[in-house]
Amino acid sequence: MRYLICIKQTPDTAELPKVKPEEAASGRLSVQLVVNPWDEHALEGGIQMMEKFGGEAGAITVGGEDAIERLRSALAMGCKDATLIKDTAADAWGVATLLAAAVRKMGNVTYVITGQMTVDGNSGTLPVALGRALGWPVLTGVARVVSADETAITVERIVGQARHTVTAPAPAVLAVVKEIGEPRYPTFINIRKAARMEIPVWTPADLGVNVPAPVVHMSDFRKPPAREARVVLFNGTPDEAAQALLDALLAEKVL
Amino acid sequence: MKTLVFIETESGAVVSSSWEALGKALSLGGEVEALVIGHQVAAVAAEAGARGATGVYLIDDPGRALFDLDLYTADVKAVLTESHADAFLASHTGNGRDLAAAVGFDLGVGVIADCLELKVVDGRLLGTRPIYSGNILVDVQVDGRPQIATLRPRAAAPAPVIGTTAPVVTMAPTAATSRVAVKAVERAEAGEISLTDASIIVSGGRGVAKDPELGFKLIRELAQVLGAAVGASRAAVDAGFIPYKYQVGQTGKVVRPDLYIACGISGAVQHLAGMGSSKIIVAINKDAEAPIFSVANYGIVGDLFEIVPALTRAARARLNR
Repeated sequence: MRYLICIKQTPDTAELPKVKPEEAASGRLSVQLVVNPWDEHALEGGIQMMEKFGGEAGAITVGGEDAIERLRSALAMGCKDATLIKDTAADAWGVATLLAAAVRKMGNVTYVITGQMTVDGNSGTLPVALGRALGWPVLTGVARVVSADETAITVERIVGQARHTVTAPAPAVLAVVKEIGEPRYPTFINIRKAARMEIPVWTPADLGVNVPAPVVHMSDFRKPPAREARVVLFNGTPDEAAQALLDALLAEKVL
Repeated sequence: MKTLVFIETESGAVVSSSWEALGKALSLGGEVEALVIGHQVAAVAAEAGARGATGVYLIDDPGRALFDLDLYTADVKAVLTESHADAFLASHTGNGRDLAAAVGFDLGVGVIADCLELKVVDGRLLGTRPIYSGNILVDVQVDGRPQIATLRPRAAAPAPVIGTTAPVVTMAPTAATSRVAVKAVERAEAGEISLTDASIIVSGGRGVAKDPELGFKLIRELAQVLGAAVGASRAAVDAGFIPYKYQVGQTGKVVRPDLYIACGISGAVQHLAGMGSSKIIVAINKDAEAPIFSVANYGIVGDLFEIVPALTRAARARLNR
């Protein structure tokens, strides 16, 4: 079996508040970039599947040359290979088209694994678009993989506040959530291997696809209005403080 | 502009944030039709009419009691062809998000996902949505017809029942084949309030560590008295104090209640990304320097094991619950 884990380069969590509107508009960020936190769970999930059900896990991303560092992180965690699709112009549907073309070119992928969403774009629409581009079933909100082989997969999905156990035929696209597993630390041996490994770079032309022109247009990037919160603290005994807080909340009409 | 609104159901019951999508569509003006898919959902179709939809499409089928991406996508595409709607709107639940993405990608049109605001400008939708985990706001427009958008739960008021009636067109289910078989469903506990739909949330964090079981018992008791949902920080989930589905934050659920009570939560960036747009934030924390106090409207510096039960007692007495 072959697992292909799709990752994206995004700002580090602690850096997100520092992103400036003009940087978000241009895509040229000055903040520290890392593997999208949801995709770290996808890497862990894919590597766990490789260990549990056999086969090989590889990582792939769409981005500029600098995204190669993120692929090295994936290799350091235990992926066996990594591929960069060099493109920085595509929107979500374009990225889905490029990834689908890469999956077809590889020819042997059994399961595509993604994080449920990215911490920059936030829409969570890519996994479904990729599934539609491939014509494969899509399972979103995957919290646990029960079993998987060349023919079918059984997973537990989080659907709102409920949990569904579902099966789908292979090949399939899985979008995972954090419960799939905490990302492991890279080992020294894997870090050394990752540093030396050759990472193929494919262009849209190599993949023989025309990237669809973007259909989503963003404008007026801005900071959300700051919270006008200046905290009012209540003192006294726990009962006195609780009474005063309750009075304030009743006055706010939120109870 | 004519808008088709997806009314989501699960096992015959409506998913309540669908009425918010209907409310938003009605506020856009123009004709608003509803699409109800599910099993034994004729009452939901009637309710869509009573809430102001001018027409209702109904697809009622035993194989559609639970959401299925392949089947529902085929259904929506068929109804869009039938209704000639200019726009398609759904609530940004997990299922609504997936459905909008599949319909949009299949039709080659963009999706304005997870909007907080939505209006019509020159015959096209213009959505405002947060990106970078709530740190940037942006206006979004998409090419093509139908225009597709999803609305974040609690971003709009639900369409009220005004007692109107609308013609219901019953459509045959499309001939699409499902590829995903649901083997088991573990439902939310009875009375459990959905985090994304909750108007009040009481959340616990690392501060419960000295007795996590008691800590979350006290938090649940307060939540019950207030009619609130229970949430948690990533630290509490990672420590195994409470399951992941309760996690609020960047790698959990994004919520926007009227009132968010953070008990023993420090207020890390990744937590703020999930609850920073709550209307009123209350912080209960032993550490007066915790960052949560810098976003809170009200706070008590103290031990949650003493403050939370005091708040429960006070609320029980004052609210007669």
